Amino acid sequence: MKYLLLILFWPLSWQPAANAELTIEITEGVEGALPIAVVPFRWQGKTQTSPREDVSAIIQADLHRSGRFKTLPRNDMLAKPASGDEVEFKDWRVLGVENLVVGQIQPNGSKGFIIRFQLFDVFRGEQLTGYSIPTTAGSLRTTAHHIADLIYEQLIGVPGAFATRVAYITSKTEGGNTQVDLRIADADGYSPETIVSSDVPLMSPAWSPDGRKIAYASSEKGSWGIYIQEVYTGRRQKVTAFKGINSAPAWSPDGRKLAMTLSKDGNPDIFVFDMTTRKLRPITRHYAIDTEPSWSPDGRHLVFTSDRGGKPQIYRVPSFGGKAERVTFQNAYNARASYSPDGKLLTLVTREDGRYRIAVLDLASGVMQVLSRGDLDESPSFAPNGSMIIYATKAGRRSVLAAVSVDGRVRQKLALQEGDVREPVWSPLQKN
Amino acid sequence: MFTIMTRWVPVTLCLLIFAGCSSSPTKEGEQEGAEVTEQSTGGSGTYEGTEGAGATTSAASEAGSWSGDPLDDPYSLLATRILYFDFDQSSIGMDNREIIRAHAEYLASNPHVSVRLEGHADERGTREYNLGLGERRANAVRSLLMAEGVADNQIIVISYGEERPASMMNNEESWALNRRVELVY
Repeated sequence: MKYLLLILFWPLSWQPAANAELTIEITEGVEGALPIAVVPFRWQGKTQTSPREDVSAIIQADLHRSGRFKTLPRNDMLAKPASGDEVEFKDWRVLGVENLVVGQIQPNGSKGFIIRFQLFDVFRGEQLTGYSIPTTAGSLRTTAHHIADLIYEQLIGVPGAFATRVAYITSKTEGGNTQVDLRIADADGYSPETIVSSDVPLMSPAWSPDGRKIAYASSEKGSWGIYIQEVYTGRRQKVTAFKGINSAPAWSPDGRKLAMTLSKDGNPDIFVFDMTTRKLRPITRHYAIDTEPSWSPDGRHLVFTSDRGGKPQIYRVPSFGGKAERVTFQNAYNARASYSPDGKLLTLVTREDGRYRIAVLDLASGVMQVLSRGDLDESPSFAPNGSMIIYATKAGRRSVLAAVSVDGRVRQKLALQEGDVREPVWSPLQKN
Repeated sequence: MFTIMTRWVPVTLCLLIFAGCSSSPTKEGEQEGAEVTEQSTGGSGTYEGTEGAGATTSAASEAGSWSGDPLDDPYSLLATRILYFDFDQSSIGMDNREIIRAHAEYLASNPHVSVRLEGHADERGTREYNLGLGERRANAVRSLLMAEGVADNQIIVISYGEERPASMMNNEESWALNRRVELVY
C-alpha cells in the first residue's frame, strides 16, 4: 500500500516568488462609506521582540479595500488610545469618525502574541465588540485579517472574506517559452506561493470545500488530465486520464464528488466522479459541447454551459442526472456560470455588443445585470461571503484581475508586476 | 527500412556532386550543417536529420523532380499544416478540404505514419468552452481524414483551446491566426 501511495502522490517543488505579489488598487468605492479609525495597536513588550507585522495597518487596509469604509489616516488622529479607558469619544466625533478600533499586542511565551482589540460606536460611546486572540509570529497577517472579518461582520452584517485566499494562473513568455504557474495568495495579494509550475497549458483551478485541496486540468505529456493537489503538502494525484478533454473540475459542496468535463465518448459531456466509490456517472449525453459544470450550494443541481441550442447558454440539471433545462435567455452567448454562496444568483460571462462581460443573474426574477466594463472579461468567482466577484480582464495586452461588488458599486484592480494573471478562484471561508 | 534507403540515395548523390546542394526544403534561418552526410553514411537516417541540414538553394527543388519524402516537398499541399477556421465555427471550407485530402492520401498510403491534430481557438469566450471548440475543430479534420481512408490509430487529437495562441495580440488579425488546427507529423 505504501508503494502504491508513492506512485499516486509525488511532491512538487515549492518556489517562493520574489516580487510576485498582486497589488490591489481600489478604483471605485461606495459613496457614503462608513468613516472608521483604526488606531495603531500598542506593543506591550520589549522593543526588540515587537511583532514584525503592523497588525492595525493590515486591518485598516482590508477595511479600506472593501470599499465600504472610509479609513482615517494615522496622521489625522488626535490621540492614540490602546484600550477603552483611554478613549475620549469627543476626539473622534470632531473628526466625523463613526467607529473606532483600538488594541494592544502582548508577548505570549517565546514566539507567541496575544492581540486584544475593541470596536466602539463613537456617537453612542459604546463598545460594539471586543476580542482577545492568541497568535504566533507566522500567523500575524492571518489574525489581522480575522479581526478585519469580525469588524466587517459587526458593522456590515455579513461575514468578512479577508482571511481567505485566491488561487490563480500566471503565465510569462520569454524567448518563445511560456511558463504557466498555479499560485495561491492571501486575498490582499500578499504571501503568493507557486504550487504548480509547468511549461504546458494548465487551467481551471478549483478549491475543495475545506480549502485544503485544489483540482485543476493539466496537459502534461501531451494529454489532458485532472489532478488534485494538497495545498499544504504539495502532494498530488491524477484523478482522470481519459482520451480527449479531461477538464473543468468542480467539487460538490460535501467535497466527495467532482463534476467534470470529459470528451472520452467523442465530444465534451458532463460527468460526476464519486471519489469515495471511484465511480463515474454520466450527467449529460449530447453531441453539443457541454462543459463548465458548477454545483448549487445544496448539491442538488449542476449548472453548465452547452451550445445544444446553437450558441452557448446556461442549463441546469439534477446533480444525479436527468433532464437539462435552459436557464439563460438574454444575449446570444452565456457561459461559465457559478452559484452565489446563498444559491440565489449566478455569475457568468455574457456577450453584449461583441463584448464579453461579467454579469449576475437573479434566478428568482430572471433579471441579468452586467457588472464589468471590459471587452474580454472572463472567469468570474464569488467571494465566499457573496459580497464581491473576482474575474480576469485585460489592461492593454496584459491579463489582470479585477473584483467588483455584487451591487456594482465597489471596484478593485489586482495586477502582477509582470506577466499575465488569469482564472482567479476565491477560496472558501477559513474554518477557525 | 527499404523506403528510407531509397529516399537517401539522391541526397547522397547530390552531396557528391555539389558540396552545398541539398534536396531538403530549408526553413528560413536554418544553418548549413554536416548532418546530411552523417545521416547518409550512418545508414540510420531519419527524417528529422535532414530538416536541420542543407544550404538555401532552389536548384534541387525543381517542380516535378521531387525525390524525397512528400512531406518535405515545399510545393506539395502537404506543406500546409495549419488550417484556419471562422469565428465560433468548426466547418471546413473548400480550400481546406483539398489540403486535408492530400494529407489523407499520404496517410492512407503510409499506414505506419501518424498525425497529431492540435485544435485551437481564439481568446474570445470562456476557456473551457474554447477547449471544447478546439476539439470540435480537430475532430472535424479527423472525420474528413477518416472518410478518405485514414485509420483511426493514425490520428491523435488534442485541443489546447485558447491556451496556446499563435499570435498574442488582441485584434481580428490575431484571432484569425489563432482559430486553427495544426497537423503535426
